[in-house]
Amino acid sequence: MSVVNLSYRTAFSLVLKRDLTIALRHKDDILNPLLFFVIVVTLFPLGIGPEAQTLSRIAPGIIWVAALLSTLLSLDRLFKSDHNDGSLEQMLLSPQPVFILVLAKIVAHWLITGLPLILIAPLLAVLLHLNEQSYSALILTLLLGTPVLSLLGAIGVALTVGIKKGGVLLSLLVLPLYIPVLIFATSAIDTAALGLPYSGQLAIIAALFFGSLTLAPFAVGAALKVSTN
Amino acid sequence: MWKWLHPYANPEVSYHFSGKLLPWLSAFAALFLSIGLVWALAFAPADYQQGDSFRIFYIHVPAASLSMGIYFGMAIAAFTSLVWQFKLADASAAALAPVGATFTAIALITGAAWGEPMWGTWWIWDARLTSELILLFLYLGVISLHNAFEDKNLAGKAAGILTLVGVINLPIIKYSVEWWNTLHQGSTVSKLGAPSMSVDMLWPFLFCFLGFVLLISVIVCIRFRSEILARNSIRPWVRDLVAAHLNQEKTNAV
Repeated sequence: MSVVNLSYRTAFSLVLKRDLTIALRHKDDILNPLLFFVIVVTLFPLGIGPEAQTLSRIAPGIIWVAALLSTLLSLDRLFKSDHNDGSLEQMLLSPQPVFILVLAKIVAHWLITGLPLILIAPLLAVLLHLNEQSYSALILTLLLGTPVLSLLGAIGVALTVGIKKGGVLLSLLVLPLYIPVLIFATSAIDTAALGLPYSGQLAIIAALFFGSLTLAPFAVGAALKVSTN
Repeated sequence: MWKWLHPYANPEVSYHFSGKLLPWLSAFAALFLSIGLVWALAFAPADYQQGDSFRIFYIHVPAASLSMGIYFGMAIAAFTSLVWQFKLADASAAALAPVGATFTAIALITGAAWGEPMWGTWWIWDARLTSELILLFLYLGVISLHNAFEDKNLAGKAAGILTLVGVINLPIIKYSVEWWNTLHQGSTVSKLGAPSMSVDMLWPFLFCFLGFVLLISVIVCIRFRSEILARNSIRPWVRDLVAAHLNQEKTNAV
């Protein structure tokens, strides 16, 4: 039997393509978290009241908290089905480094859940009367922040994938880790609303992004090895 | 040093060693805590501004600083266990987690009880309060992840990874919360800062602090021993221990 030697790049793109294909064949998996995001955001004006001033004050927080929750909701599918049908174990047994494969899966997850979120966020911002100066800040923080959510969330999923009722536990593990992203993203949007430069907050979110990009896949790999045992 | 240390990797040796430590630790904990608490609550001078309600400080501050310290200790144990596959480190991390969570809760509750008369409110979104609350969430996450696994070895590894992720995140969370606090709202209450404490207050505080450290070591020792027993319940030495214990009870009954 000949051993196929895949380069790291080929391995990465193969896993990425595979995950994207699977996701595109189950369109509900893409749509449902997005729908959840929209519904959660619509609930807030109903609960708080329709005053434009109040809404524009709390819009950044609402959009970001809804983004956290909908990411949380979509995290489950990152490893669950692969764990159930055994392909996760095959991946871990393959000669390619786990880092590459895990990173490809996380990138696929972000493309499926993070990117649509960013596309639909400006629409929700209109509904919440977000300050006009804040739109670019909203998009930039979401662009830098949602990958962090996918990366950190992957650690939580990897730890809970072997557990039967891991869903609630997952939120307990992951949400505290999301707090810095939430704080800096909303503060960047608030600062932008005042017309002040928000590059400092963006730089910190970027630091969180690169930090989690380099460290999280290792933690995910270690956690998957524990979970598949 | 390693030669001196390696016998304690054996669960049996560790079990008996911590058993020998236990009475000493308990005696010193009782001594220091009783001296410290009586001194702090009855004899130390009252604060010139806060009066007697300041005395909760002697419980609140040790609990708060030890809650962070225990998490750090847990992270060291988790690191040791993951890197050197040192199973007893898992047991000690498992023994530490609920103690740390309890001390975090004590810090939060005593803080609220202190805040009510002083600040006029049970809770403010102060940076230190918030990061303490998040620390409690991290503890609860580790504990519930530990409980979710049937297999204790896997549970230890998974909780260990989470602890390490948490310990990397802890300073980030702490600083981001401080930053958030200064940015979103001015601190409504002037913090205590670092008051230069008078010596009459410092000594009872040190006694209390040491007393709490010893109390934690006693509880952790007890929990550590029972963790070892639970994990090694099929080993012959544990069975012998139980048999000896049962025999003794029988003779006592007769």
